[in-house]
Amino acid sequence: MKILVALKQVPDTETKIKVAADGKSLDPADVKWITSPYDEYALEEAIRLKEGKGAEVVALSVGSDASKDVLKNALALGADSAVLLKGEGQGDPYAVAQVIAAYAKDKGFDLILCGNKGLGGDNAAMGPMLAELLGVAQANVIVKLELGDGTFKAEREIEGGSEIVEGALPAVITAQKGLNEPRYASLKGIMAAKKKTIEELDAAAVTTAAQVSALALPPERPAGRLLQGDAAQQAQALLQALKDEAKVF
Amino acid sequence: MILVFCELKDGQIRKPSAEALSEGRRLADASGKKLGALFAGASCAGAAEAAKFGADVILTAEGPSLASYSSDAFATVLADAVKAKGATVLLAAATAVGKDVLPRAAARLGAGYASDVTGLSMVDGKLQAVRPVYAGKAFATTSFASAVQTATTRPNVFPAAEKAGAGATEALAAPAGDFKSVVKEILAKASGKVDLSEANVIVSGGRGMKDGANFKILEELADALGGVVGASRAAVDAGWGLPHSMQVGQTGKVVSPTLYIACGISGAIQHIAGMSGSKFIVAINKDPEAPIFKLANYGIVGDLFEVVPELTKAAKAMGIGSN
Ligand SMILES: Cc1cc2nc3c(=O)[nH]c(=O)nc-3n(C[C@H](O)[C@H](O)[C@H](O)COP(=O)(O)OP(=O)(O)OC[C@H]3O[C@@H](n4cnc5c(N)ncnc54)[C@H](O)[C@@H]3O)c2cc1C
Ligand SMILES: Cc1cc2nc3c(=O)[nH]c(=O)nc-3n(C[C@H](O)[C@H](O)[C@H](O)COP(=O)(O)OP(=O)(O)OC[C@H]3O[C@@H](n4cnc5c(N)ncnc54)[C@H](O)[C@@H]3O)c2cc1C
Repeated sequence: MKILVALKQVPDTETKIKVAADGKSLDPADVKWITSPYDEYALEEAIRLKEGKGAEVVALSVGSDASKDVLKNALALGADSAVLLKGEGQGDPYAVAQVIAAYAKDKGFDLILCGNKGLGGDNAAMGPMLAELLGVAQANVIVKLELGDGTFKAEREIEGGSEIVEGALPAVITAQKGLNEPRYASLKGIMAAKKKTIEELDAAAVTTAAQVSALALPPERPAGRLLQGDAAQQAQALLQALKDEAKVF
Repeated sequence: MILVFCELKDGQIRKPSAEALSEGRRLADASGKKLGALFAGASCAGAAEAAKFGADVILTAEGPSLASYSSDAFATVLADAVKAKGATVLLAAATAVGKDVLPRAAARLGAGYASDVTGLSMVDGKLQAVRPVYAGKAFATTSFASAVQTATTRPNVFPAAEKAGAGATEALAAPAGDFKSVVKEILAKASGKVDLSEANVIVSGGRGMKDGANFKILEELADALGGVVGASRAAVDAGWGLPHSMQVGQTGKVVSPTLYIACGISGAIQHIAGMSGSKFIVAINKDPEAPIFKLANYGIVGDLFEVVPELTKAAKAMGIGSN
C-alpha cells in the first residue's frame, strides 16, 4: 500500500498576526512556523498503518524552502520519503490541490491523508478538491479510520454527532483531532532522517481561482464593564444589561 | 443566477441554509440576478419554503440514490445544476455537508471557493468574500478570478430574512448511483440541541469548573437562557469525560453566537480564536487579571460556583429564554 500525506507549514497558534506592507499577506517577521496540527494526525495515521499492515509513506508539502522543516520532521517521525513541490505563491486551496493532483496522479497512491483544515488559512477545502481532481472518494473530518480490501470505513464528525462513511480506495481522508495521539520524534528517528534527502520538484503551473486581495485586523472590541455587588446583585445586573443594553433577550 | 444549495431537516429548511438563501437574495438584488434554491435527497418535501426567503426558482433533485449523503453524488447534483442554469455564484451554509460538498463541486467547475465567510458582496459582477483567517485574528478579503464563484456562509452571521419570491419549481435528474463514498449510518444524534457552531447562546466552562460533574450548573444556565454548553481545551483534555465536539477554540469549534458566557476560562489566545466573533461576551472569573476580561463586554469578578446558580435563578425569575 502507498500512502501520501499532505503537510502544510503554518504560523504557530501563539502568533500575533501582523499585516505585511502589501496589505494582503502575513508579515513573516517573528513568526514561528509549525506543521499544521491536523496534518500531524494525518501523518500519525499513515505511520500506524505502515506499522500495522505495511505501507510506503510519502510526505509532501507545497511551499518554499522553509517548508523543508515540516518534511524533515515527517521523516524523523517515520515517513519513508519526502517531496517538496516548490512554488512561489501557494495560492488558494484550489491551486494547491491542482499542484498535488499533478504530482500524485500517476503514482498509484491508495490513500491520501490530509488535515481537515490548514491552521490559519482554515479553508478546509484542499482535501475534497484534490479528491475531485483525482476522481477518487473523499471522507472529511475523520476521527476513526478502518481499511478493508480496497475499501475504507471512516467515522466523520458532524453537527451533534458523527456518521459512518464507506467507500472505495483510493481515497482522500482528512484528519480531525481524536483520530489518534501523534507521537514525538525519537532520537533514532531524527538521526535516521538526517540520512534521507528531500526530493525537490517545481510545482506544476496551475490556475488560481481565488486569492486574498486584502488582509485586515479585526476591529477592537469596545471596553467592557465590570458588574458590582454580591453574586446575586451581579447576576441581576448582568441579565438586566444583556436585556436592556445589548438586547440579547 | 445565484444558486444556493439548501439542506432540509424534518421537512424544513435548516436555519443556516435559510441564512445563506437570504444572503443570496440580497446579492441577487444587488446584481440584478435571479436566485435559485437547490435541494437534493430521497424526498425534497418542504423545499417550497424557499420561496419565503426569496427564491425565484426552486430546483429539486429527488431520487432513492440521494437517500444517504454521498460527497460525489451531491457534488454532481450541484455542479450539474450550476451548468444547467448557467449560474455564476454557488453558495451553501458552512455546515458539515456544505463544507464537504462545496469544495468538491467547486473543483469540478474550476471555480474558486471561499470557506466559512462572514461577509459577501458583488464587485464588478463577481462575488467578493470576507472571511476570518488565523482563527479570527485577522480578516481576509477573497477575490475571485474564475467564471463561477463559490462560498460557504458561517452559521449565525447572516440574518435569515423573509422576502417573498416567485418560487417556480423545476425537477432535476438525480445521479444514477454507484458512488465513490456513501454515508452508511448516523451515530449519536445528540439531544436535539443545536450544534455549538449554530447556537445563539453558549455557556462555556474551563479549568475553573474543577470537575466534569460541575458542568451541570452550566447546563442549567444554558437551559434557562435557551443555549448550549461549550468548553475550553483545558476542560476537554482534563479527563472529565467532555467530548472534543464541545471544545471551542483554534483547534476546536469556531463559534459566533449572539452571547458567549465564559466561566472559569482564562482567555488564552487559542481559546479567544474560537469565540472572538461572538456579538456579546461575558466573562465570569475569580481572577480580575484574567485576559478574558479584555475581550468581555461584561465582566463578573467572582466565584463561578456562586455566580452561575444566581444567574440561572435570575434568568428564570425574569422569564428569559422562555420566549
Ligand atoms: C490571508 C492569507 C494570505 C495568504 N497569502 C499567501 C501568499 O501570499 N502566498 C502564499 O504562498 N500563500 C499564501 N497563503 C496561503 C494559501 O492561501 C494557502 O496555502 C491555501 O489557501 C490553502 O490553505 P488552507 O490552510 O486554507 O487549506 P485547507 O484547505 O484548509 O487545507 C487542508 C489540508 O490540505 C493540505 N494542504 C493545504 N495546503 C497545503 C500545502 N501548501 N502543502 C501541503 N499540503 C497542504 C493539508 O493537509 C491541510 O491540512 C495565504 C493564506 C492566507 C490565509
Ligand atoms: C496548539 C494549541 C492549540 C490549542 N487549542 C485550543 C482550543 O482550541 N481551545 C482552547 O480553549 N484552548 C486551546 N489551547 C489551550 C490554551 O492555550 C489554554 O491552555 C486553554 O485555553 C486554557 O483553558 P482554561 O482557560 O479553561 O484554563 P486556565 O488557563 O487554567 O484558566 C482557568 C481559569 O479559571 C479561573 N477560575 C478558577 N476557579 C474559578 C472559580 N471558582 N470561579 C471563577 N473562576 C475560576 C482561573 O482564574 C483561570 O482564569 C491550545 C493550545 C495549543 C498549544
